[in-house]
Amino acid sequence: MKIVIHMITTLTLIGVIVGGLLSEINDWASPLIAANQKAETEKAIFLVQPEGKSYETIPKTGIEIYRVYGADKNLVGYSMVSVGNGFQGKVKIMTGLSKDLSEINIIEILEQVETPGLGTKITEEPFKDQFKGLQTTPQVNWVKGKVPEQPNEIQTITGATISSKSVVTIINSGLAQARNLKERGVL
Amino acid sequence: MKKNKSLGYEYIKGLWEINPVFKQVLGMCPALAVTVSVMNGLAMGLATTFVLVFSSLLISSIRKFIPNQVRIAAFIVVIATFVTIADLVMKAKFPELSKALGPFVPLIVVNCLILGRQEAFSSKNNPLRSLMDALGNGTGFLIALVVMGGIREMIGSRTLLDYPILPAGFEPWLIMILPAGAFLTLGLLMGLANFYVDKKKRNQQQELIAKYRKPSTTLEIKGEEA
Repeated sequence: MKIVIHMITTLTLIGVIVGGLLSEINDWASPLIAANQKAETEKAIFLVQPEGKSYETIPKTGIEIYRVYGADKNLVGYSMVSVGNGFQGKVKIMTGLSKDLSEINIIEILEQVETPGLGTKITEEPFKDQFKGLQTTPQVNWVKGKVPEQPNEIQTITGATISSKSVVTIINSGLAQARNLKERGVL
Repeated sequence: MKKNKSLGYEYIKGLWEINPVFKQVLGMCPALAVTVSVMNGLAMGLATTFVLVFSSLLISSIRKFIPNQVRIAAFIVVIATFVTIADLVMKAKFPELSKALGPFVPLIVVNCLILGRQEAFSSKNNPLRSLMDALGNGTGFLIALVVMGGIREMIGSRTLLDYPILPAGFEPWLIMILPAGAFLTLGLLMGLANFYVDKKKRNQQQELIAKYRKPSTTLEIKGEEA
């Protein structure tokens, strides 16, 4: 019996002490972590809207989308975050859209876990640059093994077709949601 | 027997003699998964060393109060606390690194290296000795991870700490930054480590044999002279 009480008191004591310690450290760390995340989002918003000077979160949309304003407080476009499945895991993309959603400004891959050296090429300039000024009507399309002819087409990466296609699919699904919001007058 | 060993030995042994990765073959999961670059290896090594040092220190100071039946549970709680601290500090101060290491920081909790050292050393030795042992093992782990990261980053992406060091004409071996490259690097390094230890052992044996032979040979010569 004595040993049981000893066991329980020791473990409880250790638990209480470390629990208190952790809550103190969490109090210190959580505002810093939140600030880091905010800074990261802000950086990405302006990365895809280079003319942007300030931004505003659009509430009640169901997706993460921001209105971006230029130097004289005029709307320059939207920054939209869309997530979807890549080859191995989730791919998170920030897309910069023009005011009427008809054109992509710049895209940025925020998170991905694609195959190193193959799928990760979607984060490199040659692939991302294809989206600069890309037309989005009726939707973004991909072509394989040839040079794109239409203004809404991009070429997939050799050896990373699935990753390239998923980027297009993710952007399209985000676009569809954004258009829907635009029609309802929320944007 | 243990008391005779010097404090310096407790540190040095972790670097090579019982190197956590090459000799004890512990902590394989982070060693294989995060060593894509030197920076990742360094960060993982430092985080693990931090957890190891503080858990060893704390556990060896309270070792007499922990009943034997619940020691593992107590160790895990202590280790998990320090891992959470390391994770929070990294997220708050080094968000980039924390992102690169992903789930492997929280997974330090179940790194056998740490629990292994508590079970094998800290629960039986005084805090000072445990501190040296933890520092030694941590450094050994750090060295192994940095060496693996260096080799894989150099061959796999042509850079070292993000500075290109191999000429642009060198086509990076993609396999080195894929999981297969981790196994290749680890296997070759382990083989190399064992090769040197075997060689050293053989030399020592030979020396010993030579030492015992010497008197007889000198005697023979003397005999001939006479």
